[in-house]
Amino acid sequence: MKYIDEYRDGPAARSVADAIARTVRRPWSLMEVCGGQTHSIVKYGIDRLLPPEVDLLHGPGCPVCVTPLEMIDRAHAVAARPGVLFCSFGDMLRVPGSRGDLLSLKAKGSDIRIVYSPLDALRLAVQNPERPVVFFAIGFETTTPANAMAAWQARRQGIRNFSLLVSQVLVPPMISALLQSPGNRVQALLGPGHVCTVMGTREYEPIAARYKVPVVITGFEPLDLLQGILLAVRQLEEGRAEVENAYARVVGADGNASARALVEDVFEVCDRKWRGIGIIPKSGLRLRHEYRGHDAEKLYDLEELETRESPLCISGQILKGLKKPKDCPAFGTACTPDSPLGATMVSSEGACAAYHAYGRHLEAKEVR
Amino acid sequence: MCLAVPGRVAETYRENGVLMGKVEFSGVARRVCLEHVPDARVDDYVLVHVGFALSKIDAEEARKVFEFLGELRQLGELEIPSP
Repeated sequence: MKYIDEYRDGPAARSVADAIARTVRRPWSLMEVCGGQTHSIVKYGIDRLLPPEVDLLHGPGCPVCVTPLEMIDRAHAVAARPGVLFCSFGDMLRVPGSRGDLLSLKAKGSDIRIVYSPLDALRLAVQNPERPVVFFAIGFETTTPANAMAAWQARRQGIRNFSLLVSQVLVPPMISALLQSPGNRVQALLGPGHVCTVMGTREYEPIAARYKVPVVITGFEPLDLLQGILLAVRQLEEGRAEVENAYARVVGADGNASARALVEDVFEVCDRKWRGIGIIPKSGLRLRHEYRGHDAEKLYDLEELETRESPLCISGQILKGLKKPKDCPAFGTACTPDSPLGATMVSSEGACAAYHAYGRHLEAKEVR
Repeated sequence: MCLAVPGRVAETYRENGVLMGKVEFSGVARRVCLEHVPDARVDDYVLVHVGFALSKIDAEEARKVFEFLGELRQLGELEIPSP
């Protein structure tokens, strides 16, 4: 496929890795923000192409991972109601909440559908006008325009049986929280390429300046990642802390202005809780008052549930880049993708699940 | 989750006043909302996430990565390996 295969060229990847080795002088810790980047890094073994001075920390940019347990429980409560047609992206279905996961609920007879797009959920609402259709709207800025489009069309076309259970989160407040947290190890960031197709690169400039960290907007293919790492290492070695764009084929400085205007029309900023991290002020989005007729949290009376995380799980420290999956005694033993204990194992883009998928739990055992 | 994939625009049309299109990904065609990449034409490549086109792929910028790689290779060859 054009624009994919050429960015997976092995010899080209090695020549960038060589350039990184020639550039680096001192040890540095870089964090890739996105779960998709973590997955690629582990899948292609990019961390193993790098010189020992460069340590990659895996960031909290996996929306499935950071969706709080309370929200999974709310989804469970709505989906269990008789008559409700509940729609979700596939990867949310296996995330265990306090009362089990959505997939088990589906097996017990609830009508839960996996959709590719929120617009497919909207179409189901049009096709089933007598039934309430609820879409589980999770995601970062990348997913917000599609979710906003579904809400906007529902309101404009008067599709009254369509609502969204919103758990949208934002990258910059999370990065700021991370960089100012005690014990922060992050010295440079590989910025979230697809988030920036929507948001542009400008909102990362105050972050680079305030925390004196280079931010290199980076893509997801092996060559994109290696190029991002090279530019970040160059900045670190030269003592610069700027925003650079290593993903210019799809990211512009201003992002997608019209998509952002749509998001602005539908959503407003709110505080959100992040699984494994806690509440981060102004780090999420909720539907505006005008959209209350399509807001599942307003339409369904959802009780506050007491939730508890496993005491064994160290995902909070992994999401902050303080620890790696192999530092956890439960990794690959008590905690596996089939029975995850916490955030970073619940989705294939979580650091623990990515390490497990590519056999690194077996190496961890050998080391012990 | 933020997975977004490049695809070729095969067809564009309007549905309820919204610009939509048929976009092909390695032979698989999907219905995609093109409303926010209004200048996308047939045969253009767009980056698609959950049925929504986020941006048009800039062929010129895509090429520049490989120019950068060429420069890196030349630099690598110039460098004399230390004994």
